[in-house]
Amino acid sequence: MTTAATASAPKAGGRRWTRLLARWETLLVVALLGLIVLGNALSPFFLTADNFSNLVAALMEVAIMALPLTLIIILGEIDLSVESMAGHASAALGFMWAAGVPLQVGIPVVLVIGALGGLLNGTLVARGGLPSLVVTLGTLALFRGLALIILGPRGVSDFPPEFTAIGFGDVPGTVIPWPFVIFLGLALVLGIVLHRTWIGRHTYAIGRNAGTARYSGVRVTRLRIGLFMLSGAIAALAGVILTSRLSSARADAGQGMTITAVTVVLLGGANIFGGSGTIPGTVLAVLTVAVMQNALRLANVSVEVQSIALGLLLILSVVIPMFAQQARKALDRVRGRRHQAADATAG
Amino acid sequence: MAEAVAASRLAGARWLMAIGRQRELTLLAIMFVGGALVSMMAPQFLSVENFSQVATLASITAVVAVGEAIVIITRGIDLSVEAIIGLVAYSVARTLELQALDPVGAIAMGLAIGLILGMINGFIIAVLKVPAIVATLGTLSIFRGFDYVIAGPDQVPLAGLPPGFTDISRADVLGIPVFVLLTVAVVVVGSLFLRSTRFGRQVYAVGSNPEAAAILGIPSRLVIFVAYSLCGVLAGLAGIMWVMQFGTINGTAATGATLAIIAAVVVGGVNTLGGSGTLAGAAIGALFLGFIANALILVGLSQFWLQAIYGLVILIAIAGDQLIRRGVQRANTRSGSR
Amino acid sequence: MKLSSAGRWVAIVGTAAILFAACGSSTASPAASAAAPSAAAGGGMTVGYLPKDIVNQYFAAAKTGVDKAAKELGGTVTQVGPNEAKADLQIPFITDLTTQGVKAIIISADGKDEVAPALKEAMGKGIKVVGFDSSPAVGAYDVFVNQVDFSGVGVNLADWACELAPGCTGEIAILSAAATATNQNEWIELMKTTLKEDKYKGLKLVDTVYGDDDATKSTTQAQGLLTKYPNLKVIVAPTTVGILAAAQVVSQAKKSDSVKVSGLGFPNDMKPFVKDGTSPVFGLWSVPDLGYLSYVIADKLVKGEITGKEGETFTVKGLNGDKPYTIGKDSVVILGPAFRFDSTNVESFDF
Repeated sequence: MTTAATASAPKAGGRRWTRLLARWETLLVVALLGLIVLGNALSPFFLTADNFSNLVAALMEVAIMALPLTLIIILGEIDLSVESMAGHASAALGFMWAAGVPLQVGIPVVLVIGALGGLLNGTLVARGGLPSLVVTLGTLALFRGLALIILGPRGVSDFPPEFTAIGFGDVPGTVIPWPFVIFLGLALVLGIVLHRTWIGRHTYAIGRNAGTARYSGVRVTRLRIGLFMLSGAIAALAGVILTSRLSSARADAGQGMTITAVTVVLLGGANIFGGSGTIPGTVLAVLTVAVMQNALRLANVSVEVQSIALGLLLILSVVIPMFAQQARKALDRVRGRRHQAADATAG
Repeated sequence: MAEAVAASRLAGARWLMAIGRQRELTLLAIMFVGGALVSMMAPQFLSVENFSQVATLASITAVVAVGEAIVIITRGIDLSVEAIIGLVAYSVARTLELQALDPVGAIAMGLAIGLILGMINGFIIAVLKVPAIVATLGTLSIFRGFDYVIAGPDQVPLAGLPPGFTDISRADVLGIPVFVLLTVAVVVVGSLFLRSTRFGRQVYAVGSNPEAAAILGIPSRLVIFVAYSLCGVLAGLAGIMWVMQFGTINGTAATGATLAIIAAVVVGGVNTLGGSGTLAGAAIGALFLGFIANALILVGLSQFWLQAIYGLVILIAIAGDQLIRRGVQRANTRSGSR
Repeated sequence: MKLSSAGRWVAIVGTAAILFAACGSSTASPAASAAAPSAAAGGGMTVGYLPKDIVNQYFAAAKTGVDKAAKELGGTVTQVGPNEAKADLQIPFITDLTTQGVKAIIISADGKDEVAPALKEAMGKGIKVVGFDSSPAVGAYDVFVNQVDFSGVGVNLADWACELAPGCTGEIAILSAAATATNQNEWIELMKTTLKEDKYKGLKLVDTVYGDDDATKSTTQAQGLLTKYPNLKVIVAPTTVGILAAAQVVSQAKKSDSVKVSGLGFPNDMKPFVKDGTSPVFGLWSVPDLGYLSYVIADKLVKGEITGKEGETFTVKGLNGDKPYTIGKDSVVILGPAFRFDSTNVESFDF
């Protein structure tokens, strides 16, 4: 009895180590460090302070959209409409600014519009029982169409410098761009919500099995709608930041961002069928993709190759953990047999 | 009294059921009424010439929509079709320009490329078991990336194609454009394949209930693999039609086309949760969207409305389907309880 | 036990290795080939060439001129850029070129205000910025090379339409690029102003539609025009994508006798339509010359021969009939008038 206890203690410690190493986040850190080494080898400019600023600034709107999208994907749903909501927010903000509405009013209004768009998605999915993939494909077209109707071909670009400084400027005295600060702040808040509160627990529960969650008293419909509204509002925020960074509001803003946002979330270890995924994973994936894109650009690798690399990364991010899991299962099976054999000889 | 209300409700439900069953007819009816309204505002709408132009253009979408419908019936989705169209279109056009193959050979090559790309999707989804949306989102980037790599800024001009190749898109038999006949052929062959062969019925079985299909011993993975391969071939065919229609091809051909293709499938009444829908529905859905775009131009409504209207049509189609399905269920339970 | 934990390690390391291989393998070969030319050039200056997108043959044609000038003047050109013409995708390339410390950036702006902050930052670090084709905001470049005298194009477009419409009368329509395209909008405005003159009073502009420089959309729009206006005489498309789509549609509809197409197009694209009578007259400037002039100006800016101030003059051998160019208001240099292409000369151009 006592020997068994002492024997199991270091074993458990060892397990924890290997489990940490086998975690997806650990792999991402390794990959990230590897990419940084690679980037440094490819270009002498890679490890400069200015480059850090460029590197993160280019991806922040996508990164910000990816945070609530992580929760949606853990829930077992998807929101493809985020890029159009960002474009819609940009168009609406530009339209109001051109009509003389101050930004202090315009920005909150745009965020509310974002939440309302999310409400439409959420209601159709949660109350209507419709698949989120198709619903948000529909609103992907709808929100973009509304943006085009609102602003048409115009671009609005006479924003005040205080506003455009948010998107393009750095925190004074540092090389950290403001959007990166917003991203980290949001990541912190959503990370706490997801990993430390009942909202997070319920989100995972619905993602694993919505039926079971409902029977154990989780308000499935309400949470689903709430998260879609959050996604809409934050996508609108990303649209505001994009408007600020481009110092211009355009109806086509943000086009093509959804695919990168989804890639980032899945690369961060979230399961497309729901039930698993973490905010730290998404944050690490954002940095990995940002570093990869920047390193490839500095090495003058053409965008075609970058596009292929992103696609491969997306598929591998699903294939590798699956193989790792199968390998682990196989190992466990072997070990289990060995244990049984040991028990049998002991008996 | 209560009896009468229940009876009228039941009648309503039957009516709903009838609509649900006859999606193709419903769409044609909407097109007929809508067309009448549009032709009052723009008489040119009703010309034979206009009809054949719209139908020819919609045929390209319709052919891919048929492939996409097969995939969606198995409970999958293929977001990479636009990249397959683009890659095939450029490869075929470039091969013809270099005169490396004669037109027949180039067409065969285009179909083969489509098949291979579809098989790659099928392999990743059925064998590596990567979820369809992730797999095809990935191959969307990869296939398009390859297209850009081989094409670069190069553009194959119309003059580079063999004389007469692009005439096929304008040719007609007894007044019916060749592209439309081709689409009809694809729909008829595909529908016969799905309805009358064992394999075809397995496609529906896999989509409507994967667990049951597994218990029944249906080779689901093979069925899924074949579905994506077929979708690839049809996207390849659309790529060839793209060359015939537009003549001038560069690496960006068909960018963004997936939305309209999936919209056509959804509007055509294919259930996005798998297991039900017809190929004719998907093709008519494509025609429906084509006529909307045409009508907008002719009525003089700004094209900025097109995106929003596509979005609304998708949402109305799926929400309508759901209402009908619920109505039918309610009617069934009510008549069952009697 | 020991063996199995070692196995797990192998799995982890192996997985990481695959992930690296995925990124590493795709970077290795192109990176090597990209590094080669800059090493070969030795001491010459490096210039970043940043078109709106790298899949448009217009910018490939311009690049041939850029390359030619770089070869003559002993510099190196790095082409970077997105594969879609969008401002937010263009910005990272500007900041990266700044980080890499190129001497000059030659850019066609995807959005004049969008790229301005990044370009100003580059200028602040001593990088010379030459705009071409599509201008960045004033103040965000040292010199902008305008491809053509804009008001001249407006008159040209009206003249060609007048020439092609029988008796200079009848309905004409415009097929443009994106509704947001600044160049096209300016030409269309100038064309409309010209049309008000007495000479053109027989021409009636019935519609302006937008094909977004997309082959599919332009084709649909051109078909729509033919259907909607049965009496249409001329389609004017001031965009290389639009004119080609319109010519194809008209030619395919076998209406080349009654409907003519004109505007701005590549000679190589339009040769068959000059031959079959769909598009007997159209125009464009020499795109390679535009690239050539842009590089020469970048070179002169870096060497301090010019600063980009209004009123400065310089000559470029082989361009402008060897007469001097003068930098005009807002630091703009104009390449020259548009060429007119017709059956007499189109075969002698190759771009």
